[in-house]
Amino acid sequence: MKILRWCAPVLVALAIVWMADASPALAQADAPDISDVQIDGEYGQFPTYMPPDVSKHGYHVDDLINILHVFMILLFVGWGIFFVWCLMKFRARPGHTADYKLVKAKAPKYLEVAVALFEAFLLVGLSMPVWARVKDELPTEADNPIHVRVVAEQFAWNFHYPGKDGLFGRVAPEFLNSATNVLGLDPSDPNGNDDFVSGEMHLPVDRPVITQITSKDVIHSFAIPVMRVKQDAVPGMRISVWFHPVKTGTYEIACAQLCGNNHYSMRAILRLESQSEYDAWVEEMAKGPAEFDEDDL
Amino acid sequence: MSDHDHSHDQGFLRKYVFSIDHKVIGVQYAVTALVFLFFGFCLMMMMRWQLAYPGQSMPVLGELLPSLFGKEWAETNMGGGVMSPDLYNSLGAMHGTIMIFLGVVPLIVGGFGNYVMPLQIGAPDMSFPKLNMMSYWVYFMGGMIMLASFFAPGGAANSGWTSYAPLSVTATQGQTWWLVGMIFLITSSLLGSVNFIVTIFHLRAKGMTMFRMPFFVWAQLVTAFLLLLAFPPLEAAGALQLMDRVAGTSFFMPQGLVVSGVVQEYAGGGSPLLWQHLFWFLAHPEVYVLILPAFGIITEIIAANTRKPIWGYRTMVYSVVFLGFTSFIVWAHHMFITGMGTSISAFFATTTMIISIPSVILLTCLLITLYRGSIRFNTAMLFALSFLPMFAIGGLTGLPLGLPASDIALHDTYYIIGHFHYVVAPGTIFAAFAGVYFWFPKVTGRMMSETLGKLHWITSLIAINVVFMPMFFQGLAGISRRLYDQRLYSWGDAMQGWTVVSSWGAWALGLAQIFFILNFFLSIKFGRKASANPWDATTLEWSAPSPPPHGNFAKVPTVHREPYEYSVPGMSKDYFPQNVSEA
Repeated sequence: MKILRWCAPVLVALAIVWMADASPALAQADAPDISDVQIDGEYGQFPTYMPPDVSKHGYHVDDLINILHVFMILLFVGWGIFFVWCLMKFRARPGHTADYKLVKAKAPKYLEVAVALFEAFLLVGLSMPVWARVKDELPTEADNPIHVRVVAEQFAWNFHYPGKDGLFGRVAPEFLNSATNVLGLDPSDPNGNDDFVSGEMHLPVDRPVITQITSKDVIHSFAIPVMRVKQDAVPGMRISVWFHPVKTGTYEIACAQLCGNNHYSMRAILRLESQSEYDAWVEEMAKGPAEFDEDDL
Repeated sequence: MSDHDHSHDQGFLRKYVFSIDHKVIGVQYAVTALVFLFFGFCLMMMMRWQLAYPGQSMPVLGELLPSLFGKEWAETNMGGGVMSPDLYNSLGAMHGTIMIFLGVVPLIVGGFGNYVMPLQIGAPDMSFPKLNMMSYWVYFMGGMIMLASFFAPGGAANSGWTSYAPLSVTATQGQTWWLVGMIFLITSSLLGSVNFIVTIFHLRAKGMTMFRMPFFVWAQLVTAFLLLLAFPPLEAAGALQLMDRVAGTSFFMPQGLVVSGVVQEYAGGGSPLLWQHLFWFLAHPEVYVLILPAFGIITEIIAANTRKPIWGYRTMVYSVVFLGFTSFIVWAHHMFITGMGTSISAFFATTTMIISIPSVILLTCLLITLYRGSIRFNTAMLFALSFLPMFAIGGLTGLPLGLPASDIALHDTYYIIGHFHYVVAPGTIFAAFAGVYFWFPKVTGRMMSETLGKLHWITSLIAINVVFMPMFFQGLAGISRRLYDQRLYSWGDAMQGWTVVSSWGAWALGLAQIFFILNFFLSIKFGRKASANPWDATTLEWSAPSPPPHGNFAKVPTVHREPYEYSVPGMSKDYFPQNVSEA
């Protein structure tokens, strides 16, 4: 029995070493160099609040955050004044004794109820409607939305545009080629003929955008702070998110979820353009990837 | 099997190392946890260098670590004294894991709970002393496995303390060590929690009814139930992730995964979100495991140092029990951004708002207790008092994160880091410091230095706010968390100034701990001798000698009254201990 007792830790240690050895390793991909792109928006030296908002809907989120911070500061300052006053007024000193009787004041109860009611208002009055709008009220075809598929991978964003036909081609892992076909588009699907993939996101302003977000490998999170949009990109799921840009300019798309060693550099450029500029860009891209012409291969 | 629990002729090993005395185990837990806390903090101080001065060689450590770990390690992890992104992610994941599972929980539950709780209920020891010893040694092994993982090829786990699949499943082998370590730590917590529950229900002294228990014991009881009920799902989830990694199962792996252009050989059909649900089903109650014992500690200290009964003791008990139950139905508020629909998010946002109410009640009760008290400002009390506004900041900033609409902007930014650090660092860890200053005389029989203590308090309080306050600004500006170098983003570049401020705060905070370390060791040796009841407190632990002998009480105490009878009118002394009869 004693031998067993000593063997157990050794066996456990051996098992750990074996399991550690069986673990897979991870390779990394290179991200394109976009470090020189000039980004719009004023930040100043020691900014303390939210980035500019270039969306039609973002003010809902901003309003809620503003109201919340006013509420939080009021509560904190109120509590703080009472707290500091108590500490000064009731400090131990000769001749001062504590009062055994507990105060019977109603004020704390009323305050408690008021806080609870205000939280209920924030929840039902402000948060839920915004969330429901974002989640359930996707723009309809009457709103003339742009459709883009966002496919995240370590450590890059791929933006899959349907081209002029507005139809996405079929994708499957077996067609994947990291140089020529990063998404695995099926070449036999006619819908995919004018599809194109870009590492930059181009969008026209004043039109709603519906993005379908997914990931090839691990969980990423598609975040555009200036658009007040954030959605995890989960492999195996395709999640729809919409937003509505209103101001032209060059902005940044960030990954907000830890996705590996180069998470910090998983950054993409968002170009918000006029409709005509956008159309010209689509025209250019839909011609097909010139660099992969047969002559070059 | 016959136990001679109370024999006094044990050898050194039995008495101080493999002891079954709850007090020795409590001290073992507390000291180990304090060491881990400091180690976890050191990891963060290294990361703060990379954040503040990316690409610059780290002073001292930039040369020390490569010479310690060898040339090969240095080339991949610390070329030119600059940490690699992989090392940065490892340090981040291990900082979280160590602080939570090896530092704070073992300190406030394993340490304070083990030492103080049996004394406060008048018990001679825990119900299952051997289980108690096993719980410590399983925790210790878990800790060693976590430390060993730093030497694994590819370094320690680097997928965050949350270990989201599929990143964690495809990560380097440090993750396997992490999972095995976690299974040890969870097992240790389960053993401990069973022991706590049985002890509190069965070993209370005569007259110690449930509503005469000090609030600290209530907090430990609820915490033990949280550990008992919330940890098993994570233990199961950990085992499943281990299988995904080593046995090729795909519990958390979906179909058609393509990593670095290579189609993965997983059968598929699993769900990455399943891991998140299982993980947060533990990890949200875990937040209350971190905060409830802290509330317990400061309630004891505030009662003793305002010299008056706690305002709303019963309300606080009901609140803490309610918090315990509710903490099981809020977990998915960590997952609003995963693509959650309206109705589910409405449910979790509602429960999240509901759970804020008992937390506010706890704070309010303690705040009103100060009213018409006679407040003594000793070091323990100063730490306990600073807990109140610090926890208030942590709690309030939880609101914009708990409402799904505002969470869109703030999720996974520095805002959340500021939020939970305000809860846990100047919250729970300050409460733990308060507890150390408060119960140190009981444990060692000597007082700690008040001068060094107050220096420690004021420097820590200022520094910790310098560390965490800028994070709210960075979060509002939209900077993602866990970025190795935030300057790549225009808003991150603009915010770099705040990052530098925050880093200097962290290093100042590290220096401030020198006061504590000095105070701790010097006081053990040279501290003023403490009486049995140096704070003139009422609860039972102060009726035992300092330090209490094996078996705790010379005579089993009988409890006559509520826990916090201070300044009772008509008495010569301003405290009326629980064990003293009317006559």
